[in-house]
Amino acid sequence: MFKNLMSWIEYRLPFMDKMNLHVMQYPAPKNFNFWYFFGSLAMLVLVNQILTGIWLTMNYVPSAEGAFASVEYIMRDVDYGWLLRYMHSTGASAFFVVVYLHMLRGMMYGSYQKPRELLWIFGMLIFLVLMAEAFMGYLLPWGQMSFWGAQVIIGIFGTIPFIGEDLTLWIRGDYVISGATLNRFFALHVIALPLVLVILVFLHIMALHEVGSNNPDGIEIKKDNDGTVEQTEADKKFTFHQYFTRGGKKVIVDAIPFHPYYTVKDLLGVAGFLLIFAWVIFFFPEGGGYFLEAPNFEPANALKTPAHIAPVWYFTPFYAILRAIPHPFMGAVAMFAAIVALALLPWLDRGKVRSIRYRSGLHTANLINFCISFVALGVLGVLPAEGVYTLLAQIFSFTYFGFFILLWFYSKNEKTKPLPVRLT
Amino acid sequence: MMKNLFSVIALVASSWAMAAGPAVHLDKAPIDLTDKASLQNGARLFQNYCLGCHQMQYQRYSRTFSDLDIPEEVGMENLMFTGEKVGDHITNNMSAKDGEKWFGATPPDLTNVARVRGPDWLYTYLRSFYADPSRPFGVNNDVFPLVGMPHVLQELQGMPYKAYETRLVDGASKEVYVGIKTDGSGELNAEEYDRAVADLVNYLEYVGEPTKLEARALGTKVMVFLLIFFVLAYLLKKEYWKDVH
Repeated sequence: MFKNLMSWIEYRLPFMDKMNLHVMQYPAPKNFNFWYFFGSLAMLVLVNQILTGIWLTMNYVPSAEGAFASVEYIMRDVDYGWLLRYMHSTGASAFFVVVYLHMLRGMMYGSYQKPRELLWIFGMLIFLVLMAEAFMGYLLPWGQMSFWGAQVIIGIFGTIPFIGEDLTLWIRGDYVISGATLNRFFALHVIALPLVLVILVFLHIMALHEVGSNNPDGIEIKKDNDGTVEQTEADKKFTFHQYFTRGGKKVIVDAIPFHPYYTVKDLLGVAGFLLIFAWVIFFFPEGGGYFLEAPNFEPANALKTPAHIAPVWYFTPFYAILRAIPHPFMGAVAMFAAIVALALLPWLDRGKVRSIRYRSGLHTANLINFCISFVALGVLGVLPAEGVYTLLAQIFSFTYFGFFILLWFYSKNEKTKPLPVRLT
Repeated sequence: MMKNLFSVIALVASSWAMAAGPAVHLDKAPIDLTDKASLQNGARLFQNYCLGCHQMQYQRYSRTFSDLDIPEEVGMENLMFTGEKVGDHITNNMSAKDGEKWFGATPPDLTNVARVRGPDWLYTYLRSFYADPSRPFGVNNDVFPLVGMPHVLQELQGMPYKAYETRLVDGASKEVYVGIKTDGSGELNAEEYDRAVADLVNYLEYVGEPTKLEARALGTKVMVFLLIFFVLAYLLKKEYWKDVH
């Protein structure tokens, strides 16, 4: 009876076939390491944000008059409202932590290189939408930093010549940040952007499964079936979906089915992540003032500028680049270029070897330079832009962009190590 | 490479935390959220000395009573003065406009003040008033110079003044600032006053985040659960992966 029902459905919607294709018979390289946890963790955080967000929406009041009080209502009068709110606010920071580490993984192992360029582009689009989502969400509690942070970021658009002023008016829906701004940000934050985000994540995964997962060795696990490839006993043990062998044209080696091997491994990653995540939520929900900034416990006041306005930590690397350039519009251009440069990595990197394991020492040094520049800019973005800090921000902006320029030059004729035939 | 990265992060993070420090030295507030007697005394002080001007518009009386183990009748009898209902928020009837007219700025709501300023700031601030005849209310404050607030706890502390002593410095006698002292006209001695302020700050800290103790208690259970979950997940992974080489 149940079997009949299943085959009736399967005939009309091949659910089991798709599950096999993407989960049970998806060939994943067997050598994923620590860095490969962050993709599934990003998904976990996305689900966390959506679920806690839905419940927060039930008690949140999107108006300039009611927003701040409704957040306090959630914190004090709603059962476990404080937990939902902290899960959501900590989740926002956690999202950027895992996404930044996920991106670094891609850079370390060359996961953006051919044929994964589109996959990388979808990832960058996710990053952009995520930044918009986080920015708009931060306005909603209608605290002092919500208001003044939004003031600064919307002001960036105002630096664009000719259309800047009108553009900020269009974004705000008012001459100042007001209830009109709050309401439209609410609409975008709770439905428009999450919808786009979910669609992009879907496309990201579809694009991934089409070209297959990269791995720490950066070599393909789907070899051309030209008779030279020998499968080991272990390779023959598993069945993979016929889609991946392209009707016998490909031989899959050193792979294991995503389920159960990586589902149980990712479960371990989830447990480890949740330990840290819960520790912050229950014991340090303010994240030392970086996840929830102290001035944001005061309601927005258009007449009282906080002594020091700093965006939330995950924006600060780009914010530091913005401030490093003395000209406001050129600063905005540089900030945008910092993100575009990342998106262009598949073309800026002209190397053929993907993984840092087999690339030159120069490349390793350059990637370390990138990490240091990014972290240093993040720190400088929190500090006031004065004196030596401005100079440091300029230096690290230079080294940040230097990473991409250097990469373009040396990657063409880079001295690389020989690649292994099989995964190590 | 990872090691280098983390040491760099740790290095910059520590210099970054220091850069945000305030200009005035803040004393550590000796507070304890589990000390119900201290919290109850803090609530009493707030109702008697602060509520006239400052509201706690997001905190309900009933919440304070139940969290601080104050029986409702006792609370209504001793802590509610103007016929509110126990489910009401802790508010006063001073309009924001009047507040601005009388003090130069509307006295801020204090529900979240401990989260905005931090308990150490509050503890030091309330102990840093000193006589200054040039100010409208006759007092100034070291932590918040030119503050518009009168010294409402003067009744308890007495009139505080900046005390100087004549000391020999490098062979010449000089006036040296030795701290804030009081004229002894208050109900409390210096030690008792510090304790009273700590109780008040303790209460403000509690009101800023009434769920803090609940969060810690629940958090401990969650962490224990997650640790067990982590171990089980590890064993499960190991079991499944034993045939992958």
